[in-house]
Amino acid sequence: MGLLSLAIWLPIACGVLLLAFGRDSNAGAVRWMALVGAFVSFLVTLPLISGFDTSTAALQFTESLPWIERFNVRYALGVDGLSMWFVPLTAFVTVIVVISAWEVIAERVNQYMGAFLILSGLMVGVFSAVDGLLFYVFFEATLIPMYIIIGIWGGPRRVYAAFKFFLYTLAGSLLMLVALVYLYYKSGGSFDILAWHKLPLSATAQTLLFFAFFMAFAVKVPMWPVHTWLPDAHVEAPTGGSVVLAAIMLKLGAYGFLRFSMPIAPDASREWAWFIIALSLIAVIYIGLVALVQQDMKKLVAYSSIAHMGFCTLGFFIFSELGVSGGIVQMVSHGFVSGAMFLCIGVLYDRVHSREIASYGGVVNTMPKFAAFAVFFAMANSGLPGTSGFIGEWMVILGTVKAGFWLAFLAATALIFGAAYNLWMVKRVYFGPVANDDVKSLTDLNSREFLMMAILAIAVLWMGLYPKPFTDVMHVSVTELLKHVAQSKLVP
Amino acid sequence: MNQMNWLAIAPEVVLLVTALVVAMVDLWVTHPRRTPTYLLAQASLAAVAVLHLLRFDAGDTVYAVQRMVVADPMGHLLAFFATLATMVSLAYARPYAAERDMLKGELISLAMFSLLGICVMVSANNFLVVYLGLELMSLSLYALVALRRDHTQSTEAAMKYFVLGALASGFLLYGLSMMYGATGSLDIGEVFKAIATGQINQAVLVLGIVFVVAGLAFKLGAVPFHMWIPDVYQGAPTAVTLLIAGAPKLAAFAITIRLLVEGMSGIAQDWQQMLIVLSVASMALGNVAAIAQSNLKRMLAYSTIGQIGFMLLGLTPTVVSVNTLSAANGYSSSMFYVLTYVFTTLGTFGVVMLLSRAGHEAEQIDDFKGLARRSPWYAAVMAIFMFSLAGIPPTVGFYAKLAVLQAIVSTNVALYIWLAVIAVLLSLVAAFYYLRLVKVMYFDEPADAQPIASTGEVRTILSLNGAAVLVFGILPGGLMALCAQAIVKALGS
Repeated sequence: MGLLSLAIWLPIACGVLLLAFGRDSNAGAVRWMALVGAFVSFLVTLPLISGFDTSTAALQFTESLPWIERFNVRYALGVDGLSMWFVPLTAFVTVIVVISAWEVIAERVNQYMGAFLILSGLMVGVFSAVDGLLFYVFFEATLIPMYIIIGIWGGPRRVYAAFKFFLYTLAGSLLMLVALVYLYYKSGGSFDILAWHKLPLSATAQTLLFFAFFMAFAVKVPMWPVHTWLPDAHVEAPTGGSVVLAAIMLKLGAYGFLRFSMPIAPDASREWAWFIIALSLIAVIYIGLVALVQQDMKKLVAYSSIAHMGFCTLGFFIFSELGVSGGIVQMVSHGFVSGAMFLCIGVLYDRVHSREIASYGGVVNTMPKFAAFAVFFAMANSGLPGTSGFIGEWMVILGTVKAGFWLAFLAATALIFGAAYNLWMVKRVYFGPVANDDVKSLTDLNSREFLMMAILAIAVLWMGLYPKPFTDVMHVSVTELLKHVAQSKLVP
Repeated sequence: MNQMNWLAIAPEVVLLVTALVVAMVDLWVTHPRRTPTYLLAQASLAAVAVLHLLRFDAGDTVYAVQRMVVADPMGHLLAFFATLATMVSLAYARPYAAERDMLKGELISLAMFSLLGICVMVSANNFLVVYLGLELMSLSLYALVALRRDHTQSTEAAMKYFVLGALASGFLLYGLSMMYGATGSLDIGEVFKAIATGQINQAVLVLGIVFVVAGLAFKLGAVPFHMWIPDVYQGAPTAVTLLIAGAPKLAAFAITIRLLVEGMSGIAQDWQQMLIVLSVASMALGNVAAIAQSNLKRMLAYSTIGQIGFMLLGLTPTVVSVNTLSAANGYSSSMFYVLTYVFTTLGTFGVVMLLSRAGHEAEQIDDFKGLARRSPWYAAVMAIFMFSLAGIPPTVGFYAKLAVLQAIVSTNVALYIWLAVIAVLLSLVAAFYYLRLVKVMYFDEPADAQPIASTGEVRTILSLNGAAVLVFGILPGGLMALCAQAIVKALGS
C-alpha cells in the first residue's frame, strides 16, 4: 500500500472503528484512540515532505489500480507541487481538531471524532486523486460527514445551515459531474486528469466546461456571490467543524481551479480571467467591508475567510508565477490562521457561550496568555509581516502589479480593511476594561488549549519567516502549469 | 423450432411446483409464525435463484415452449435478482406480518406466484406471454394488498390498484393487439422483422406504440400515469408495499426492453420521444411532490416516480443521429440503475417495518426522530440508503446515476446533454427530501423511547443490505459488467 493510500485510509479506518465500537461510556478511550489515529495519520504524511522531489512537475508517490473497468476508472493517486502541502496540512488540522474537542464534546464523542477522522481521509483523497471520477467521489463524500457534524453539534440554526451547506455544494458539483462525464466521452473513454489536460477542445466546449467547473469550485471557495452558505455554516458549526471548513474544505475549491479549470480549459480560462478577477476583487473589498460590520466573531472570521480566499483566486487568474504561488501559499497559510482564529473563538465560547463581540471586553485582564495568542493570530490574519498571512498576500499583490497597477491597488486595499476589522475586533474583545462578570470570571488557557495554540503559532511564524520550503515545492509545478495554460489547445 | 425445451424453463417450472407445494403444505401448518411454510418457501426461492444463476453463467440464449419464451442472460439475471428481492422482502415482512395477523399461507404463496409472473414476463418472447405474466403478477399483488381486509386504507388501496391496474393492462393489450393487427404476429422477433421491412402501415404502428408505452408507463409508475403509486404504497400494508416496490420494477424494466427494444426498435424514433417526456415529467413531479410529504411511505412513493424517471433516461438514446451506437450502453445503465434502486428501496422499507411494532406503524417521517440515539446502527444503515437514493458517493446510487448520465452524454447531442443537466438539477431537488430524513434521524431528539425489537434474521439481512449498498458503491465494477454483458447478449439475439 502506497503512502497516499495510507494517508487516506488510515484515518478512515480509525473513524469507522470509533463509530463501530465507541460509546459515550468509554469516551476517554475514544478520545485517546482518535488522537492516536489522527497523530499517526499525520506522521504518515511526513515522508511526503521529506521525500518530495522539487525538481520535477511530474506526479510523485503515484499509485494506480484499475477500479471500475467498464468506465476505465482507475484508483489513481499522486501529488505534485500544487497539491503536496495540503496532504500534511489536512492531517495536521485533524490532530488540532481532535485536541480542541477533548473535553468540550461530551456527547456522542465517538461519532464526533469518527466523523472528523473520516472527513480527513476523504479530503486527503481529494487532494491526491488524479482520476476525475475518484476526485469527484471524494469531493462529494466529504459533504456527508460535514453535514452530520454541523447538524448534530451545531448551534441553534444548525439544521438550516447544514442543509444550505449541503445543497449549495451539491448544486455546484452536480454540474461538474456532467462536465466530467463529457470529458470522459471526449477523451475517448478515460477519466485520467492528465489525459484531459492534453485534450484539444473547441472554444464553446471549453467555455461550458469552464463554467461547469466554476460552479462547483466557486461555491466551495466560496466566491462572491455564491458565498452565502459559508457565514451560516461557520456560525452554526461546532468549533472543530469551523476549523476544518475554513482550513481545508475551502481549499478543495481553490485547488480544483488549479487542477481542472485552468489546465483543462486554458483558452476559456484566459478569456474569462477578467470575470474571476472581478469576482475576486469584489470578495476582497466588498466582503472585507462586510466583515467590518459583523457583531458575531465567527461571522467576522467567516467573511474574512471569503476575502482571503479571494486573494487565492485572484492570484491564480493573473497567470504569473508569483500570483499562482502566492495563491497556494495563501491557501496553506489561511489553513493555519483561520483555523487558529476559530479555535480562539471556540476557547471563548466554551467559557461564556456567546460569540457576540459585545459580550466581551477586556479579556486580556483575565486571560493574558490567551489574549497574546489571539492578538497574534489576528495580526497574522490581517497580514502582518513576519507571519504567514503576509507572504501569500504580498506575493499575490506583487504578481498583480504586473497585470495592472490599479488591480494591485484595489487588492492592496484589502490589507487596510483586514487590519481594520481584525484590530477593531481585538480592541473590542480583548482590550479595554473588564466589561462584565462573565469576563471577570474567565480562566486562562489550560495546558491542552495552550498546546494547540502554541503549535499553530509556531506554524504561522515558521511559514512567515521562512517560506522557502513551501515555495520551493511549488515552483516547478507552477511554472509548468503556467506554460501549459499559456498554450492554446483549441481544436484547429 | 417447435420444441418445448423444458430445460430452459426449469427455474419457472420449479417455482410453479414449489409454489403449489407451499400453498398445500401450509394447510397443515398451525405454527403462528408459519415457520415451516416460510422456510420451505425461502428454500425453494433459493433453489430457483441458484438455477437462474447457473443458467446465466452458461450465457447462451435458448428459445423454449415453441418460441413463446426466451431464456437469455438478461432474463436470467433479472429473474435472479427478482427472486433475491422476493426472498429479502419475505424476510423483512415476516415479523411485521405476524404482529398484524397477516402472516397466513396466502402471503407467502401469493408472493411466490407474483414472482412467477415476473419470471414469465422477464423471459417472454411473445406478446401474449408478456400479458399472461403481467396478469399473474398483478392479480397476486391485488390480492396481497387486500390481505388486511379489516383495514379500510388497505382495502381502498387494493381497489385503486385493481381498477387502475386493469386499465393499464387494457391499454397494453389494446396496443399489443394493434401491433398484432399491423404486423400479423405475436412473436417479438417476428414483429421486429416485420417492422424492419418498412412496409407496415405507419399510422397503425404509431397508434399502437402510444398505447403500449402508456401501459408500460402505468406499470413503471411514470408521470402522467403515476396516480396509483402514492396511494397504493401508502395504503398497502408495508410488507406488501415491499413486494410491490421491489421485484415488479425489475419486471417492468424487462418488458420495456422486450417490447420496445427487442420488438419495436424499428420505430424507436417514436417511442423514445415519449420516454423523454415521461422521464422529465416523472423526475420533475416525483421529486417536487416528495418534498411536501410527511408520510414516509408516500414520500418514498414519489421518490420512486422520480427514480423511475431517471432510469427511463437511459432508454432514450436508442436511435441518435441515425445510429444505435449508444443504445446498448444506455440499456445496461438503466438495468444497473433499476437493480440498485430496487435493493436500496427494499432496505428503506425494511427499516420502516423494523421500527413498527404491534399497534404502531412507523410510517410518518417524524417516527424516525432521533433514531441515531435509539439505534446508531440502523440510523447509519438508513442514512446509507438515503444517500444512495440521493446519489451521493460512495454509495451505489451514485454510480447508477453516473452510468445513466454517461450514457446520454456520450451521444454528444445537445438535446441529451441538456437532458443530463436537467436530470442532475432535479436530483438536487431530490437530495433535499432524502437529506431531510437524515436530518430527522440525526439532528432531532427522539420522540419515541420504545426499544427497537427485531429478530436476528431481519437484523442480519438489513445490515447486509446496507453493507451491499456501500460495498457496491466502493466496488461497482462487477455488477456493471454483468449488466453490460446481459444487455449485449439480449440485443445480439
